[in-house]
Amino acid sequence: MKEVILVKLGEMVLKGQNKNAFETILIKNIRRRLQSLGEFKVEAAQSTIYITPMDDFCDIDEIEEKVGKIFGIVAYTRACIAEKELGKIQEAAAEYLENELLTAKTFKVESKRSDKKFAYSSPEISREVGGYLLSKFHHLKVDVHNPDVTVRVEVREKGAYIHPNPKEGAGGIPVGTGGKAAILISGGIDSPVAAYMLARRGVQLTAIHFASPPYTSERAHDKVVRLLDKVHDYAGRMKMYTVEFTKIQEQIRDNCPEELATVLMRRFMMKVAQRVAEMEECKALITGESLGQVASQTLHAIACTDAVVTMPVFRPLIGTDKAEIVKLARKIGTFDISIEPFEDCCTVFTPRHPRTKPTVHVLEAAERKLDVEGLINECLENLNYIWIE
Amino acid sequence: MEIYLDNSATTKVCEAAAKKAYDVMLFNYGNPSSLHSLGFSAEKIITEARRAVASVIKSEANEIYFTSGGTESNNTAIFGAVKAKKRLGNKIVTTAIEHPSVLECMKELEKEGFEVVYLKPDSSGNISKAQVLSAIDGRTVLVSMMSVNNETGAIMPLDIVAPAIKKANSPALFHIDNVQGFGKINLNAKKLSCDLMSISGHKLHAPKGIGALYINTKAHILPHHFGGGQEKGIRPGTEPVPLIAAFSEAVKELPETMKEYKRLYEINMLLREKLREIPGVTINSPENNLPYILNFSTMQVRGETMLHYLESKNIYVSTGSACSKAKPSHVLSGMGLSNKHIETSLRASFSRNTTKEEVLLLAEEIRNGLSSLAHIK
Repeated sequence: MKEVILVKLGEMVLKGQNKNAFETILIKNIRRRLQSLGEFKVEAAQSTIYITPMDDFCDIDEIEEKVGKIFGIVAYTRACIAEKELGKIQEAAAEYLENELLTAKTFKVESKRSDKKFAYSSPEISREVGGYLLSKFHHLKVDVHNPDVTVRVEVREKGAYIHPNPKEGAGGIPVGTGGKAAILISGGIDSPVAAYMLARRGVQLTAIHFASPPYTSERAHDKVVRLLDKVHDYAGRMKMYTVEFTKIQEQIRDNCPEELATVLMRRFMMKVAQRVAEMEECKALITGESLGQVASQTLHAIACTDAVVTMPVFRPLIGTDKAEIVKLARKIGTFDISIEPFEDCCTVFTPRHPRTKPTVHVLEAAERKLDVEGLINECLENLNYIWIE
Repeated sequence: MEIYLDNSATTKVCEAAAKKAYDVMLFNYGNPSSLHSLGFSAEKIITEARRAVASVIKSEANEIYFTSGGTESNNTAIFGAVKAKKRLGNKIVTTAIEHPSVLECMKELEKEGFEVVYLKPDSSGNISKAQVLSAIDGRTVLVSMMSVNNETGAIMPLDIVAPAIKKANSPALFHIDNVQGFGKINLNAKKLSCDLMSISGHKLHAPKGIGALYINTKAHILPHHFGGGQEKGIRPGTEPVPLIAAFSEAVKELPETMKEYKRLYEINMLLREKLREIPGVTINSPENNLPYILNFSTMQVRGETMLHYLESKNIYVSTGSACSKAKPSHVLSGMGLSNKHIETSLRASFSRNTTKEEVLLLAEEIRNGLSSLAHIK
């Protein structure tokens, strides 16, 4: 039985003049995401995108799963194509939805006929298909208000499409329609979720990770790669920069007041990140901060870290509780990786009693003891990157 | 040159897998739990292998736990599931044609007071969706079903199990013994909403002694081995890295599932056709079975006699399953076949190395064997 996937577009249909540009990017994203699974035809007609496998060996289950993670899609469903003949449509519906119908108590048929040459009207199609299914599945009853299963029949130009209720898509807008931004990624729970949230709004990501060998291990670095692999399922391919940060942390430890260490480190990170972001033509930085979660995420501390950069800094999790973040992390599959116990550079040299209300003035005084520009330049000279794809 | 047609018993290890095991034993010998880089590089081999196995059943890598093979995976899954769920009911649904490593677990659980329902196949070897639907109820705590029967190649109606569990509002976990189907049919763990799946390496050109259990992140089972916490406590003990590495290589060498399926389908059909031309021979495998397996009866010569005759011609097949040597097949008897059918049955099972020429030779030698053996039976 020939199967296709039907994709319903999200809020991008509201984009007026830009709709076509959005649609083009979405189609490109779909093609790229499915490319490893075989040959496909991806085409748009009437606010629906049709994904048609071109060889017999495509695994439609896998395609369906990938489509569920592409931003810009509100709903999708797999459907079978039957010839435009009532008898064929009836048989196809019974066979294609057999499992759903066997385990349902009630059902209804909803039909749409965009090919007006088809001899039966929509209500007639519903009645005929419904009657046939009742004769095949004796336990079923019709319930038009609250059915367990809705059998949908759409008679279109190319054939009749039969499918169950569509599934909810990933929402958002297509990645690549919203410019580029750089995510500061640790190995924790929050930053992968923050990355996901901005990607959902169409932003293409570049990742920046700070490592402090030998205080942090190769395993910690590998953990971040695996986290980004998960984010990649939604956000598409991205560059991951690794900044070697050990020297800066040691200099702070040796020369600055202990209680300021974390905020000073954050200020360095933001400065380095902004420079990397500029190289990559990113227009903003993204962090996983949530207000008040730790000492460096108080309003005062955030004001001090923001003061060193000119780019906008997006903090999509700023008003969320940990429990909500964890829920999202589980959904995108990063939670189990995030909780693996490796030291990351944020937990190295943590002060015993960090200052929760630092001021820019005090921090700048501390920084005067360091060769800030020199240290940053050294970091930038030793940058490494890999592609997450 | 031998013609090896007993691939459902075991397969020849592929060269890439054997080489990999050798390399790992000599050069990558660290303990994956060690903190240093030798340990980490051993751990990376395991992570990579998890990814390779997961990609075949479309699961997440962290849902793959390495075990010693199919039997251990089945035991871990079944007892672990029942232990975790026993407060919620005492009924188990399985089939009468499972592998002994499932059926023997069931016997143990019957002794502990569980009610086990064994679904019986029809005379063609198939089990219907209706049977599954009517067997599962609200007290059912485990449904354990093989993907493919090892003797006949019959494919089980797995896709109805999860909807049936949902319909019955049952707390049951769903276990698939996928030893015969892994890498041979497209089977998507997520799509089937399966909780547990047993996999074995040596059926697909990896060494004996390595297998895996898939455990859905949402499913919870209790362990019955205890130790150093490896494999998240489900299967403690230092990981057999060389075997895992070899398994991973074998999986990566698997041919594209559906293309190979189609190729073997033609081979299977060819053998069926040639066997049907021999007077008296009947096919026991259902139509539309897994093409890697063909079970048939000569109806004239005992299976074992024919097996030894074929062996003298360098052709290796089996009588029923290799795991239950001389016992009459519970699968064929479960199908209601006559003693004559059962006694004279043979199983030819194929791999990616099997060719049309080989099965033609098999058919020819069976014809020869029958004419020379039939009057000395």
